[in-house]
Amino acid sequence: MVADPVALQLTAELFPNGISRYAVGGLLVGLGAVVIYVGTGIPAGASTFLESTLSYVSGQSRFQQYVPSRDWRVVFTLGIILGALAFAATVQSGVITTSLYEPGTTGELYEVGGVTLWSTDVQPWRLLLGGVFVGIGTRIGKGCTSGHGVCGVGSASKTSIVGVATFLTVAIVTAQVVSALGVSP
Amino acid sequence: MSRDRHPLFMPLILVGGLIFGFGLGFSQMARPEVVLNFLQFEDFGLLFVMFGAAIVSGVAFALMPRLRDSAPLTGDRYERRLKPFDRNVLIGGAIFGVGWGLSGICPGAAYASLGVGNVSILWALAGMFVGAYLQGVWRSKRAAADAAPAGAD
Repeated sequence: MVADPVALQLTAELFPNGISRYAVGGLLVGLGAVVIYVGTGIPAGASTFLESTLSYVSGQSRFQQYVPSRDWRVVFTLGIILGALAFAATVQSGVITTSLYEPGTTGELYEVGGVTLWSTDVQPWRLLLGGVFVGIGTRIGKGCTSGHGVCGVGSASKTSIVGVATFLTVAIVTAQVVSALGVSP
Repeated sequence: MSRDRHPLFMPLILVGGLIFGFGLGFSQMARPEVVLNFLQFEDFGLLFVMFGAAIVSGVAFALMPRLRDSAPLTGDRYERRLKPFDRNVLIGGAIFGVGWGLSGICPGAAYASLGVGNVSILWALAGMFVGAYLQGVWRSKRAAADAAPAGAD
């Protein structure tokens, strides 16, 4: 059998960086959520950390419901940061080489103490303003990409599937409009 | 300090977070550019991150309630993540979508982005805290107004 050249070309256009790094990364993200769920029964989400951490410094009544979980949510977030740092110190730095990983062409790589770090080229105003919308929307919408996207969709929750369809559609339209307006990166 | 937690509770949360964060780094979802390339239909690989993770967690959500009654470290029952649907899911989801499409970053990926060395992501994290705070103030006020009938102080 000879592979269909049209199909191969289409695959290359849809997935210019292949799929392995994405699939392996996704499996690990799911595994991290599963480890916590199996041990504790908690379907972890990342955005609740924003409100639960605000309960340390704000007396607003809305945040008080998160006081019982705020300490472990800090630990979960620290774990995410350190896990990503471990990735940077190993795979991204070339200490561990794998054909599954390609450095990519986005952003800028720089070195600190032998560790290869990465920084974005996306403009600060986009990050800041986008962040404000993310902070409002994930908390009103009952979840983010991990809560709705990973745990909710994994639970076959109709609420989460509708939530993901909503934010994915709006995000696609927003990104395309911003790009069409000539904003880059 | 906290109520009789199992001594392995926090270590397990940390290990779960480490794997989660390593995966976000490996998948490059911690890079806003990669998310924006996906949203602009230039690279559809990110679908494999989201659905790959959802499939893995889906297996656990389907299996665990049948294998055990309760989680070993908390005694909590295994339940699926089901939240009631109301229009907030649509309104909040749309607002989140604007932010995700503008910045290319979501909360978990933002924490991981900091870990891979992206100091600029502090702008996004600051914005997320500001946004979460603003909606918290607004909803706290509204809850108080609902609780206290007009005329009462």
